[in-house]
Amino acid sequence: MRLNYPKSVRIIRVPCTGKVDVLHLLHSFEKGADGVMTVGCMEGDCHFTSGNFRARKRVEQAKAVLKTIGMEPDRVEMFNLSSAEGPRFAEYVRQMDERIRALGPNPLRKALKKAA
Amino acid sequence: MIVADKKPIEEIIEAVRPYGRLLVLGCNECVTVCEAGGKKEVGVLASALRMYFLNQGQEKRIDEVTLERQCDHEYLEEIRDRIDNYDAVLSLACGVGVQFTAEKYLSKTVLPGVNTCFLGVTEKRGLWTERCQACGQCVLAFTAGICPISRCAKRLLNGPCGGSTKGKCEISKDVDCAWQLIIDRLKALNRLEDYEKLFSIKDWSTDRAGGPRKVVREDVQI
Repeated sequence: MRLNYPKSVRIIRVPCTGKVDVLHLLHSFEKGADGVMTVGCMEGDCHFTSGNFRARKRVEQAKAVLKTIGMEPDRVEMFNLSSAEGPRFAEYVRQMDERIRALGPNPLRKALKKAA
Repeated sequence: MIVADKKPIEEIIEAVRPYGRLLVLGCNECVTVCEAGGKKEVGVLASALRMYFLNQGQEKRIDEVTLERQCDHEYLEEIRDRIDNYDAVLSLACGVGVQFTAEKYLSKTVLPGVNTCFLGVTEKRGLWTERCQACGQCVLAFTAGICPISRCAKRLLNGPCGGSTKGKCEISKDVDCAWQLIIDRLKALNRLEDYEKLFSIKDWSTDRAGGPRKVVREDVQI
């Protein structure tokens, strides 16, 4: 399809979004990521029955932690689409890219640079 | 198991604020099962604290260790060689683990990271309920395996009281009447004649009424 989407996104492949833990999400921010999008299969279509529901819960947990420590919960989000929906994936990436640009860079990055 | 619940992160932030070097200390036993103080919760809390203080411009060293247990000498000894690297320990174990850690490392401030709640069971993931109050004189043999001490709001030994309605306790429509459960189960076990026997006055000296308790077993002491 050769679709275009923002180059700000780095893809990390996992066997199922059920593998994504709240710790993975938090460590991403700790290391300076501006945002994290978790992209799972359509709800009800998980090959492992409930992997994408687990991922959604963990994204909610990460949002709660971010909010508590004074960071924007919108920096992490759960998306659902099927593997046949390339154009929709590109659209979601554009949406997330716009959202994160509006929020600005991860505030920890400046502190991390200073510490280094 | 001992059931604990997480303390709000805001409360923990305020408690650890004065300390520059902090060890977040988890426990692999009960608090792991009730998802309040195991390795995972240690990781999440430590990460949240590191991010918070980094964002605030406060330099802190926050490390993570999870011990097999915090209620036994041998496991607590595992941190002896590094304890001096820290100003304080944030223990995610139950109140027992927090106290034993504090007893062992007298010069360190030990802070609790969870609220210890009760002795209970995992009914399903995310739902833990009370089953035992450790009264020291078990009556379960006579009450069809249902504890009136922990599950009856009044701790009645000869129940139910007048507050029992349609199998529920008067304190809440969500709380089962323990004595209704006992009667139903005695009936199912064809042991309803046991219900006719009256309990004599319970010896509460083995409960908290007798002060802090201990179990001494000379037969296993070496």
